[in-house]
Amino acid sequence: MDEKLEIIAENLIQRFSAEKQVFKDELSLSVKPEQIVDVCLVLRDEHQFEVLTEETAVDYWPEQTPRFHVIYRFRSIKHNLLIGLRVPLDGNFPKLPTIEGVYKNANWFERELWDMFGINIEGHSDLRRIVLPHDWEGHPLRKDYPLGYEEVQYSFNFDEIDLRKPYAEE
Amino acid sequence: MTEETPFTLKEATMDEIKHLVTDRAIQGETVLLNMGPQHPSTHGVLRLLLELDGEEVINCIPDVGFLHTGIEKNMEAKTFEKSITMTDRLDYLNNLGNNLTYCMAIEKLTGLDVPERAQTIRVILAELQRIASHLIFLATTGLDVNATSVWMYCFREREIILDIFEICSGQRMMTTFIRPGGLWRDVPVEFEEAVRDFIKIFPARVDEYEALLTNNPLFRDRTVGMGVLTPEDALAWGVTGPMLRASGIEYDLRKTNPYSGYEQYEFEVPVLNEGDTFARYIVRMDEMRQATRIIEQALDTLPYGPVRSNNRKYVPPPRSELGTSMEALIHHFKLWTEGYSVPEGSVFVSTESPRGELGVYLESDGGPKPFRVHWRTPSFTNLQVLPLLTRNHLVADLVLLIGTVDIVLGDVDR
Repeated sequence: MDEKLEIIAENLIQRFSAEKQVFKDELSLSVKPEQIVDVCLVLRDEHQFEVLTEETAVDYWPEQTPRFHVIYRFRSIKHNLLIGLRVPLDGNFPKLPTIEGVYKNANWFERELWDMFGINIEGHSDLRRIVLPHDWEGHPLRKDYPLGYEEVQYSFNFDEIDLRKPYAEE
Repeated sequence: MTEETPFTLKEATMDEIKHLVTDRAIQGETVLLNMGPQHPSTHGVLRLLLELDGEEVINCIPDVGFLHTGIEKNMEAKTFEKSITMTDRLDYLNNLGNNLTYCMAIEKLTGLDVPERAQTIRVILAELQRIASHLIFLATTGLDVNATSVWMYCFREREIILDIFEICSGQRMMTTFIRPGGLWRDVPVEFEEAVRDFIKIFPARVDEYEALLTNNPLFRDRTVGMGVLTPEDALAWGVTGPMLRASGIEYDLRKTNPYSGYEQYEFEVPVLNEGDTFARYIVRMDEMRQATRIIEQALDTLPYGPVRSNNRKYVPPPRSELGTSMEALIHHFKLWTEGYSVPEGSVFVSTESPRGELGVYLESDGGPKPFRVHWRTPSFTNLQVLPLLTRNHLVADLVLLIGTVDIVLGDVDR
């Protein structure tokens, strides 16, 4: 791993008591949800990580605490570095402060987080569904959301499925 | 019997977007126009809500999600080898590039080796795919400004490239040719001859297209100075690819973080400073020429050897061995029934697609299926810049600006 990245990581670990995870040549720091805006400001202003490359989440159902890990990735074009952040979130009503003020393209990334995972982003200017229709119910990328195949209607469960099946309106 | 009340747009339906449009729209001074998902100039199913003051665009609100097919969730339900077929369908003009990115992620997680011949052929295929994608950009840009001969010429060249892909894999677009460990199978004998014929004629053809558009006063009038993206805005909004390079920032993942043997080839990265539509067009034309250079160098240095790794835990054995070797049979059985299990961990791998930085975040829990796949697609990030670019431009310029961002809706919605 790059020495510059090591120095930056040490700096952040001391200031925010983050945990370090290294896999091959990738560095990832684990921080708490409240610290995320401060960490992003430090990364952007002091260490020149100008670009937010990725903001996504992973669902670890049926573990409830923490259930979601929100993953950020920042790229520094000047120094050619890539650093990641992991924010563990609770399962009940997960919420996260927005980093839209720090990186402008977090706007659509956070809308997608709300849409797919149901993670409430506090302070977001425009939190509505982005890839799914606006009247969709549920948050698909959660692990307890079914993939959505059609249930096979055998003779033993014919009536049960008949009640649930979406017939056309008359 | 089929009488219905006529459709009227009531005040109440504006509630959803009230916070996005200016006060003038609510008062009725400016017009809200829907450039709907079905439109010949939006390059796919993109819906734009335009707020117009006469012919001038005050704001444009993109509404995406019409091509969402749930690829990320679907990939979690398939084994690793089967999920590669889904990667073709993401950015459907960069099929081999998507395959390459996903296979590089799996190779990074498992530690698979890729033989040299496979790496060189991967580079050739990725650059051919880049040329094909830029040809579509050129064709649709020409079509948007009503230069239909440009469209026809570009598709004629693209047909040659698609025929080359058909020689390799049997499929024109959704090839799934690049697999973890190398390629699916060795390229046939006609491949090298076909590629050499193509790169012999192609530079002259690029000059032809340039002669049609670059010094054309009509084209220059419509593109020079339109949709200027400053470098600070480009970095703040996370724009990558030709849009970033046309705004003055030299950042190409093939040069800064080389993958698959790109460090061996000598090529330039075109960078311009103006940041307008014309600059982006010139950057993409130059990239086509540089891609031809890379293909030529790669063909000259194409080594002999295997095209897929020998690691039988992940790569199936050839069918001829199945009759004689017991281990081959066991490996074949294991791979076909359960699929290989990738060790636990998470990686982020990104490559340079024709649109920008295409990255995949792959997390595995040690099982045969991916636990989480997230695609960092360039079109999703680049499309966010569109409202910024189109302020105070006319509707006619808007059409060209959508084309110059070069989005593919499969990338945006996944």
